[in-house]
Amino acid sequence: MSKRIDVKDLNVYYGDFLAVEDVTINIEAKSVTAFIGPSGCGKSTFLRTLNRMHEVIPGARVEGDVMLDGDNLYGPGVDPVTVRSQIGMVFQRPNPFPTMSIRDNVLAGVKLNNKKISKGEADVLVERSLKGANLWNEVKDRLEKPGSGLSGGQQQRLCIARAIAVEPQVILMDEPCSALDPISTLAIEDLINELKDQYTVVIVTHNMQQAARVSDRTAFFNIAGTGKPGKLIEVDDTHTIFSNPTQKATEDYVSGRFG
Amino acid sequence: MTATTLTSTQGAGRAGDKIFSGAALAAGCLILAVLFGVALFLVVQAIPALTAPSAEIQGGEGFFAYIWPIVIGTLIAAVIALVIATPIAIGVALFISHFAPRRLAAGLGYVVDLLAAIPSVIYGAWGAAFLAKEISPAYNWLAANMGWLPIFQGPASATGKTILTAGIVLSVMVLPIITSLSREIFLQTPKLHEEAALALGATRWEMIKMSVLPFARPGIISAVMLGLGRALGETMAVALVLSSGALTASLIQSGNQTIAAEIALNFPEASGLKVSTLVAAGLVLFIITLAVNMVARWIISRHKEFSGAN
Repeated sequence: MSKRIDVKDLNVYYGDFLAVEDVTINIEAKSVTAFIGPSGCGKSTFLRTLNRMHEVIPGARVEGDVMLDGDNLYGPGVDPVTVRSQIGMVFQRPNPFPTMSIRDNVLAGVKLNNKKISKGEADVLVERSLKGANLWNEVKDRLEKPGSGLSGGQQQRLCIARAIAVEPQVILMDEPCSALDPISTLAIEDLINELKDQYTVVIVTHNMQQAARVSDRTAFFNIAGTGKPGKLIEVDDTHTIFSNPTQKATEDYVSGRFG
Repeated sequence: MTATTLTSTQGAGRAGDKIFSGAALAAGCLILAVLFGVALFLVVQAIPALTAPSAEIQGGEGFFAYIWPIVIGTLIAAVIALVIATPIAIGVALFISHFAPRRLAAGLGYVVDLLAAIPSVIYGAWGAAFLAKEISPAYNWLAANMGWLPIFQGPASATGKTILTAGIVLSVMVLPIITSLSREIFLQTPKLHEEAALALGATRWEMIKMSVLPFARPGIISAVMLGLGRALGETMAVALVLSSGALTASLIQSGNQTIAAEIALNFPEASGLKVSTLVAAGLVLFIITLAVNMVARWIISRHKEFSGAN
């Protein structure tokens, strides 16, 4: 239940503006890959192209190939809706549906495309997903209460439960802890460690310690200057990136001499 | 020392605050005073009609017998207007906010707002001179094919000047109100929630069902209630379009009357108790509108816990 992603020669444009230039990267299945780099270097933009969420932004488009176990996400006739049901996403700010209960939030993705699900199956799925997101014990007595009543960290774990309920191949996380306190951050990081047993996880983070703690491989993105496109500088095992990177820019960044 | 510096700042800087809070308070009180004044006027002027012997009221059977058919008529016209206008308005608003290319959306929004700028007498004239004539074949068809329904019982009016025509004209009039308010609300849907739905693999319509409509629900209800307020109180269009008469169940025969049109048509030549009767009718309309607004507020507040405001 997890697939690898191979990106080849990917350019991302906003209208005529080249935002991310020529990225080639292989993301292994059942592992955590972290994207690090200074603000505006295009790592979030690039993350969004992995499940075509960049198409929400008017004028955004890509050139190049993104292969999910050999299937091109940008091939002719590929429906972005199908892509997104296979590659889930967790956002920077927790975004449970405010009008839905905790239970309905978990089931939101499952009920899409007119899929019917019996109450018994739904109960099992809700419990499994919430347990998978380490949230079950905290909310099992108030599943019918609104999701927006939870704390920020709980809301973010609810969003993860919602994402894994549809059993995706890959989970993309766009700075999932940047709006959370240290304790909630720790809870999410523990969860990411458990998720990689079943899913391919890609996480964008500004926090280098976080990348070092949770990821198996790390990709460093950088930007030459304002108005220039973001580029992938290097990608390697996390340990190598933080201890012995090949590029000078990477070493400067991870040692704090830059950005 | 410190105490004196703290207390001595009260001079000049505070004057602005005081003036502003006084002005705000006065404005708030003015609204209440106007509302109270209108209510008081209606009640005082209506009392003679409410207490008069029933034989002296128009129709000769008392105020209640006089008012209830036109209350029903008012509600029928307003309900027809909303039933037609609400789905169209929400559809148009969604098209403008989430489906149309940006340039088309701007143009369309402008056209919808223009609809609201057309005076109601023009709508009335259009309804009476054009729509009624054009639509009467449809009424004949309804009478022939669906006449078994009491609301489409024949024979259909030859002129087409029926409560259904009035309702259709009203629906065109309330359409821009509901559309532009709904559109504003739809555009305010947090991007965060729209992306949450899309990232789960929702189609555009599913995204709208999951995030836009739930977010906009209280706003849509308010918009519909504002439209209802206009439909209930609209005078000129109904007065011109409807050839009024006694209360009838059939929507395609002439007959029925609304409160606002009844007042407008009879007020110029009324005197004495007749004026009082018409003011009492106005009081009833006022109460209906008030009730409608209170029900709308209640509906909105019932779901506060899930509104996302917490």
